[in-house]
Amino acid sequence: MAFFIEVLVGGLLAGIMYSLVALGFVLIFKASGVFNFAQAAMVLFAAMFIAGMYGDWGVPFWIAIPATIVLMIGVAWGIERVVLRPLVNQEPIIMFMSTIGIFFALIGIAEIFWGSRSRTLDVGIPSDPIFVGDMLFQMYDLITAGIVAVLVVLLVIFSQKTRMGRVLRAVADDHQAAQSVGIKLNTVWVVVWSISGVVAVVAGIVWGGALGVQPVMVDVAFKALPVLLLGGLTSIPGAIIAGLIIGAGEALAEVYLGPIIGGGIDNWFAYIIAMAFMVWRPEGLFGEKIIERI
Amino acid sequence: MTTPILKKAAFIGLGAVIGLGSIFAAKAQAEEQYLPSLVYRTGPFAPSGIGFADGFADYVTLINERDGGINGVKIRLEECETAYSNDRGVECYERLKDRGNGATVVAPLSTGITYAVIPRSRRDGIVVSTMGYGRADAAYGPVLDNVFMVPTTYWSSMTATLQYIADQEGGWENLQGKDIVHAYHDSAYGREPLGVLRHYAEEYGFTLHEMAISPPGVEQRSVWTQIRRIQPDWVSLYGWGVMNPTAIRTAASMGIDVSRMIGGIYAAQDDAVEPAGRSAVGYKAVTFHGPGADYPIYDDLKQYVYDRGLAAGDGDLSGTIAYNRGLINAGYIVEAWRQAQAEHGEGRPVTREETLWAWQQLTIPESRTEELGMGGLMPPVEVTCENHEGPGLVLIQQWNGESWEQVTDWLEPNRELVEGMYKASAERYAQEEGIEPRSCD
Repeated sequence: MAFFIEVLVGGLLAGIMYSLVALGFVLIFKASGVFNFAQAAMVLFAAMFIAGMYGDWGVPFWIAIPATIVLMIGVAWGIERVVLRPLVNQEPIIMFMSTIGIFFALIGIAEIFWGSRSRTLDVGIPSDPIFVGDMLFQMYDLITAGIVAVLVVLLVIFSQKTRMGRVLRAVADDHQAAQSVGIKLNTVWVVVWSISGVVAVVAGIVWGGALGVQPVMVDVAFKALPVLLLGGLTSIPGAIIAGLIIGAGEALAEVYLGPIIGGGIDNWFAYIIAMAFMVWRPEGLFGEKIIERI
Repeated sequence: MTTPILKKAAFIGLGAVIGLGSIFAAKAQAEEQYLPSLVYRTGPFAPSGIGFADGFADYVTLINERDGGINGVKIRLEECETAYSNDRGVECYERLKDRGNGATVVAPLSTGITYAVIPRSRRDGIVVSTMGYGRADAAYGPVLDNVFMVPTTYWSSMTATLQYIADQEGGWENLQGKDIVHAYHDSAYGREPLGVLRHYAEEYGFTLHEMAISPPGVEQRSVWTQIRRIQPDWVSLYGWGVMNPTAIRTAASMGIDVSRMIGGIYAAQDDAVEPAGRSAVGYKAVTFHGPGADYPIYDDLKQYVYDRGLAAGDGDLSGTIAYNRGLINAGYIVEAWRQAQAEHGEGRPVTREETLWAWQQLTIPESRTEELGMGGLMPPVEVTCENHEGPGLVLIQQWNGESWEQVTDWLEPNRELVEGMYKASAERYAQEEGIEPRSCD
């Protein structure tokens, strides 16, 4: 039983890491209807700038992290001006394709600045093991879970208690109605891409600390996709709960099913879990049911 | 009327200049030995690829700058970016093979690209040099006469690794009842040494636990939770890219003693340990060359390459594992050309046939590695018609948190075992591909 709990808790904590990446996708989709393929590249971009500034220029983290947040806001502004504004009212697939371009551009720019070498990103989050009886948990994972919890609370407060939050919700609810009452869509996009950039900074620090900062970090997107399928593209709580389900599900499958069917199954099994839920709820656990009148 | 005449004269003059320039350029190219370099400086595996590409290029620059080339024949190196992708690798091969005076040898730098390039290289008569990667069974020379596994293979290195483990345990007999985990990249690469491991498990009575890790390996908690439960005596790690530091970090955080983890050839690079931080201190790995930069060749590199501003990179990768691999791969290629020239005529570029001849009997004794300034860095080799690997020497290195330290001398693999495996596997391949093995008698 102790082993089962250890695997389960480990999976849940891994799932929270997936949720952190998924959150960035959800924020942008909710406000603009764009599936931002570049989210994982934003995570890598942010991590490379923090690690690069620290490693190559000797900039301490307490400056490098806020500087990167400012940079991400600049990136958001640039994306809105150069990519999104000219594509207003285009088909969603056109917007999606443009984010693929952003994906490669961000990676390329980061590599021009910092090269493709792997870098260590250790901002001081302890990684000591914690024993509870025979069960072992990671301090790093628990602290990460705490960071994600704080981030989600801040996002909820921003969304519910601030004027801009209400504006974002209005845009998410109905673009045209929001525009008709004077909300500037362009400003909203800059704000939402900036928030997504801040989430990418947090994800970059956490994932960069776990993996080292290197180009392959963009693969964490493949961990976020089943979370999005399961949780829906428009729900922040959905991203968190789906992350927990996917993390726990793939860990338990790897341990208990893996030895029977060959091991190394966690990657694809996450998609099986997501698809199984989609049979029941095609819009995802917390996604909005889309009803189109003919 | 004068204007058209002047124009004509100008065109004729320009044509003459271009024509003469082309003739001189063509002559210069004909006197150079062309060397295509398939590199991956970009893409997800770039952290491993950049160091190799830099070392490879810097060695060529050293030969050109210090020696004026090989007996006066300069080497013209041309890089092609594969991003570690098979299709781009094949495209690079096809695009570069007839450049200059024609490629005579290629190092694909990827097992996938190697598999794709082998049939083409056989058609073109180009030597394929795969250091420790690619088809292990190509070490059996009669089947693939143009493919060389110098200086070792996955299989050889695994037998030597097990020899090291047995030595640490006080002898083979003490492996009885031990638990050895093989945590591997769930791909053909990761499964390569399983045959060797299963053979030894049966022969010496240890329990082999095969733990697949799905690539790319960014999340491995569940696998290492299971390994922790096994309480292994030793762990063999066959990861690639981000899988390696993640495995080391996760293993250490689970309380697994990383000094009893031994990485395979491609879990032995700096990018396997640096991102893992302090967790990686004590981690060991098998490799086929000396670590670090404490070799005379680095003095020459500094004098003729770095200080002249001719280094391929910014110099911060000197002495890394990937860089050293680039150096010695280029070293083997240059030595083969040198031997080809000695046999077929010095002072001119050698042909594909002459290069193949040289590789088929490439002999670099320890004394020669010392003359090259690479004593202890480059393992000596002796290739024969049957043995396209050489002695297969490897060593074990250990990460101290800053650099790799060599903890053994050269280790010899179990040649009797691996040669039998090479032969059986290569003959199966020959049958599938309709290749008639040549006679080495």
